[in-house]
Amino acid sequence: MRAISPITPPAGKRPLRCRIFDPFRETPLLAWLFGAGLAVLLEHLLGESFAALVGLAKVPVLFGLMIILSKPLLFPGALLYVAVIYLLPLVTVALLLARPANTAAAALLRLGPAVSVLFHLALFYAVLHFWAEISGYREMTVKFTLIAVLLTLSLNLINGYMGEFSCSHPGFMALGAYGASIFSLSLFVNDPLFGKALLPAFLGPWLFPLGLVGGGLLAALGALLIAIPSFKTRGDYLAIISLAFLFIVKSLLENLPFVGGPRGMGSQPDYASLPVVFAWTAMGVWIMNNYVRSTLGRSLNAIRDDEAAAEAMSVNTRHTKMTAFMFAAFWAGVAGGLFAHMMRFINPATFGVQRLAEMLAMVYFGGLNSVYGSIVGAVSLNLLGEVLRPLELFKWIFIPLLLILVMIFRPTGLLAFRDFDAVRLVQPRSRDRQGGAP
Amino acid sequence: MSLLRVEGMSHFFGGLRAVHDVSLAIEPGRLHGLIGPNGAGKTTIFNLITGVYIPTGGRVLFGGEEITGLPPHRIAARGLGRTFQDLKLWRHMTVLDHVRMARYATIGYGLFGAFFSTPRRKREEEEIEAQARRLLAMFDIEGLAGQLVTNLPYGVQRRVEMARALALEPKLLLLDEPTVGMTPEELNQMMELIRRINDEFGVAILLIEHRLKMVMELCDRVSVLVFGEVIAEGSPAEIRGDPRVIEAYLGRDAVAA
Repeated sequence: MRAISPITPPAGKRPLRCRIFDPFRETPLLAWLFGAGLAVLLEHLLGESFAALVGLAKVPVLFGLMIILSKPLLFPGALLYVAVIYLLPLVTVALLLARPANTAAAALLRLGPAVSVLFHLALFYAVLHFWAEISGYREMTVKFTLIAVLLTLSLNLINGYMGEFSCSHPGFMALGAYGASIFSLSLFVNDPLFGKALLPAFLGPWLFPLGLVGGGLLAALGALLIAIPSFKTRGDYLAIISLAFLFIVKSLLENLPFVGGPRGMGSQPDYASLPVVFAWTAMGVWIMNNYVRSTLGRSLNAIRDDEAAAEAMSVNTRHTKMTAFMFAAFWAGVAGGLFAHMMRFINPATFGVQRLAEMLAMVYFGGLNSVYGSIVGAVSLNLLGEVLRPLELFKWIFIPLLLILVMIFRPTGLLAFRDFDAVRLVQPRSRDRQGGAP
Repeated sequence: MSLLRVEGMSHFFGGLRAVHDVSLAIEPGRLHGLIGPNGAGKTTIFNLITGVYIPTGGRVLFGGEEITGLPPHRIAARGLGRTFQDLKLWRHMTVLDHVRMARYATIGYGLFGAFFSTPRRKREEEEIEAQARRLLAMFDIEGLAGQLVTNLPYGVQRRVEMARALALEPKLLLLDEPTVGMTPEELNQMMELIRRINDEFGVAILLIEHRLKMVMELCDRVSVLVFGEVIAEGSPAEIRGDPRVIEAYLGRDAVAA
């Protein structure tokens, strides 16, 4: 491999993308985070007045995406805002601080990879927190997106890594949402459905993780019910059985007066704050990423690509498939629990086929068999949903069309087959350290 | 004691008798050939031994213990590796991952280790990778460790499949026509490789092969299968002279002539 010397074309003829990103090749993640921090600080200080200057009524909430369709005339102003308030400080810091940031990143890495990763994560959270603080709508969107990341990645385990087709994810989400809601409504709140609170309310936020895990386990139990008949034989059974399961869960919840029937349950305590949602999402991504990178988790790929060969190489295929399926359902359940405590209202109709379509779109858009892809898919489709919000129901014409285009030009999605190496992400990037390819 | 003993094994696909009363005995460290015309049931016998099908009648003993009816992954974990006639590689996985995967049964860190990336998992994964790289080096493909198998030429894919089967640390390796579709040069390399595997690893090999020349050169013993029955068994020289074998391969007229 090493013998082939890299052929570098003359500078003028290199693709535009390379020429734009070339100056940033030595910028480590740390410098980008500093840049983002400065941008957020700038927005806190100058955002309002600059927005007035470019003719906007208020600070553009999501980079001006929401007004593209509703008030297109204001969009250039929003674009200018994004360029001056976000891009300018980001790019400046990324260029100027590259060198000291590399030194800092190297020092952090010497303290231990875990320390470095946690530090980056904390910094990222701080930036996100201050950015989301500006408006309640932003915070809502960020939380939605984080929950969507959990859902997308866990569905990707089944539909991407394992190569089966599962339709029951909203059902698992519902089980988790209802499980966690029953937990907190019956224990910490005086609720018309469950009577007086059993425990003092101040314990609630501390015991909330138990409720989430309980909801996740409930979802995993549901997954076991599907897994036993579906994985006994090979074929398309899972798709059909899981679709049936989705409808069973939905109509079961609609017909149980105990959990509010079709009207659902409301007034869950407000436990799903931004730091809580972020922490659970980060943990979920970490654990799922660990799993798919281990030899145990890689066996999902072996099963997908050739099950007979996997068996012949001592892989216990049935056990692996059932574990992975229950594991994915667990995280869908956790996401459901977070969702319930963020919306503070759930009803069976929330967890229908439309939610399934949304999740599948995020998985297939972002990229199969890919942690990066799941994150990208969840974030971009959530933002796209906000852009298309003025179209109301018609957005369900645009999103499928987009999906069809992606399937035609990139059949496995935007960023398929990419795992996540957190340590590599936080490494310093000076040229003498490693000759990074463009 | 024989490493593998097949006793009176029969199998039916519906009403079709695919394998009838087959008995085989393979000694440790030996190279045993299984030959026969197309459709004689050679691959079916492999699938019966490795647990893909459960025999309708008869028993399979491996290392003195009965393995009849066990699921394939349990049989593989006991040290019975195999390759496939139609190269069952995993198209989205790298060469290194192929070889690592065969260590599945030896993994001790469990789901907890897989989820939380414990020190034990790191240590075990490092050992698995080191062993996988050693195997790749023996097969002269260590430079391709990070490549997807679909990008590799056919002969190299065959090597990957064999390295994968050897990563199981098998006592017995079942090779299903490893030279099918190979050029004469690749064929010679493959024969050399099979001999080396047999010598260096001390693995017994049961080899399905069409080309008589190869079987005669490589194997210590040969069984001839026709219409699901073993019609002859013996040393290559005995088999070569056996009129029943010549008849099965060339037809009755050739014998009379």
